[in-house]
Amino acid sequence: MPSEFRLPALGADMDEGTIVEWHVVPGSRVKRGDVVAIVETDKGAIDVEIFEDGVVHEIVVKPGTKVPVGTVLALLETEGSPPAPAPAGEGRGGGHTPVPAPAGEGAGGVREPSLASPPASSRVRISPAARKRARELGVEVESLQGSGPGGTVTLEDVGKAGQGGGMRAAIAAAMSRSKREIPHYYLSTAVDVTAAAEWLAAHNASVPVTERLLFAVLLVKALALTCREMPGFNGFHRDGRYEESPAVHVGVAVALRGGGLVAPALMDTADKPLALLMDEFRALVSRARAGRLRASELAAPTIILTSLGDATVDAVFPIIQPPQVAIVGAGAVGARPWVVDGQVVPRQVLTLSLGADHRVTDGRLGAQFLAKLAQRLVDPGSL
Amino acid sequence: MTDTVRMTYREAVKQAIREALSDDPRVFLMGEDVGKYGGCFAVSKGLLEEFGEERIRDTPLSESAFVGAGIGAALGGMRPIVEIMTVNFSLLALDQIVNNAATLCHMSGGQFPVPVVIRMATGAGRQLAAQHSHSLEAWYAHVPGLRVVEPATIDDARGMLRAALACPDPVIVFEPISLYNMEGALTSAASEVTLDGARIHRPGRDVTLVTYGASLWRCVAAAEQLAAGGIEAEIVDLRSLRPLDDATILASLRRTKRVVIVDEGWRTGSLAAEIAMRIVEQGFYDLDAPIARVCTEEVPIPYPKHLEEAALPGPARIVAAVRGLFSDAQ
Repeated sequence: MPSEFRLPALGADMDEGTIVEWHVVPGSRVKRGDVVAIVETDKGAIDVEIFEDGVVHEIVVKPGTKVPVGTVLALLETEGSPPAPAPAGEGRGGGHTPVPAPAGEGAGGVREPSLASPPASSRVRISPAARKRARELGVEVESLQGSGPGGTVTLEDVGKAGQGGGMRAAIAAAMSRSKREIPHYYLSTAVDVTAAAEWLAAHNASVPVTERLLFAVLLVKALALTCREMPGFNGFHRDGRYEESPAVHVGVAVALRGGGLVAPALMDTADKPLALLMDEFRALVSRARAGRLRASELAAPTIILTSLGDATVDAVFPIIQPPQVAIVGAGAVGARPWVVDGQVVPRQVLTLSLGADHRVTDGRLGAQFLAKLAQRLVDPGSL
Repeated sequence: MTDTVRMTYREAVKQAIREALSDDPRVFLMGEDVGKYGGCFAVSKGLLEEFGEERIRDTPLSESAFVGAGIGAALGGMRPIVEIMTVNFSLLALDQIVNNAATLCHMSGGQFPVPVVIRMATGAGRQLAAQHSHSLEAWYAHVPGLRVVEPATIDDARGMLRAALACPDPVIVFEPISLYNMEGALTSAASEVTLDGARIHRPGRDVTLVTYGASLWRCVAAAEQLAAGGIEAEIVDLRSLRPLDDATILASLRRTKRVVIVDEGWRTGSLAAEIAMRIVEQGFYDLDAPIARVCTEEVPIPYPKHLEEAALPGPARIVAAVRGLFSDAQ
């Protein structure tokens, strides 16, 4: 039997995706981790990686087709498996059998045109009324699954899609679910990060511009190390129970220019030096904004850091992204009056906050978590 | 009207003719077998006795001659009603109708309108075979200078003749052969019936069936079947085939977003084709499905009953065409 390559869930609330493009053709040899297709989701176009080594036997889902998570996208000949039989008939959304011209009808007969055999076309089959409505609603017709005859997108399909609206709908679904299901508790603490800010300034002064670090990268690394130390905040709550994650993948919330938000992961955050994290962070943000994230990056985060420092807010009280169990918010770093040794002095202060899942941890543990995170920022050399 | 009067389509036409003869001395009826025989379809039975040979005139078997005579009489100030047995035979009078009746008002700069009314039977369904059963309405609807109407209801059969006689242009009135025996209620006074404008025969929200003539009743039967399956069809009875009432068709499409045109004419070069094109021109962005047509099969109308039925745009074919516009779930 050939191996089936199915559409993976590229995030907790992804139900379906549209195949935009295949990077492989039947016969292509692939290795685990190769990007084989681009799939359009509510979070943008995602590079989808394959999970097994082998040779592509058949592309089952053609570009432009929207399918639910779990749909077989392609058949793979894995090492050692016997060759698959030739595919029988057409794949779904396949071509059509031309209607034969009527031969020898004395009266010059005309056949009833068949709605069931549309001409093959890469263009979305959509009714004029549906296309007009989609334009009015700002609905991307390419992402719609048609319910009409021959898969035609109808007014009704557009109407349904228009009620939500892509990424906004995805965020709405995830955040509503989170607030509905997760009993959040919130803690915050103001941290004197003068040492970290000075360390950063000194570091950046000593390296070329391209190697300069952002404060956010210090935060990411500090958070990752704290998570390793306190596994009750790093994992997933699924089916009524919590599973710690052995790996730490810190997701960084990235605001997109067109509106919306994604939180792709910096993989194995705790194990990487700051310079590497900085490179990866920069690349991740630019790919997120280009709508070209990898599937694994979207599904991977074990905890998320959301920083609204640019927005000059003091603190953020973020909502956990299910099935994660914690999220850390960071406000702006700024000069504040601070008491040191009985004297009020100006210090660089950052307010960190923690939103955590009360099903998994309690406030006391959360307070320890924030304290450990703050401690790491006080000693940036250890990062 | 408080009392509902029931009558056949044939009786409604006869009453319309009788009223016209009574009301206006310029009106007379002329055609093959309209007098002594009482009309090929018994429409004028008894009128000869009532109105005499001057006004109920049997003619020789020469369509060109008696239609030409009717046109001449109209030019001379009369209001002739010319009956041609079937649309098939009217082809012998095409020269008079197309080259004279339709043109003279135009060519005389409006000095010579031709207020002739030409009635003819049309369509299949009575096993009259290929030379007496065709639906060639589209040929006449093609010609500027003519008005073409097709009453499909008792009200229109009773009322349209009056409006046709009042019209200064030549009016072709098609009477579906299969409807002469249809009985129904008269619901409006003849004076309320207009010559042009389509009419919503049955309101519905899901699909528009555009039709005329005998196919109206095929659509009614289909709509009942569709309603049982949850699809509410709106039926537009065209009534006037020239001019076509685009506004009523498009307003219905804006409500339903889907159109099936049911036309007893052959598909190729049909009225259905013309209507579909107008919808594309004026209502493209209201369409949520391709326009579908149900027309007569492209064969000479067969004589055997089962083949004749199979050739016509019957309710089963209409239902299938409508269902084809909806997703499988419906």
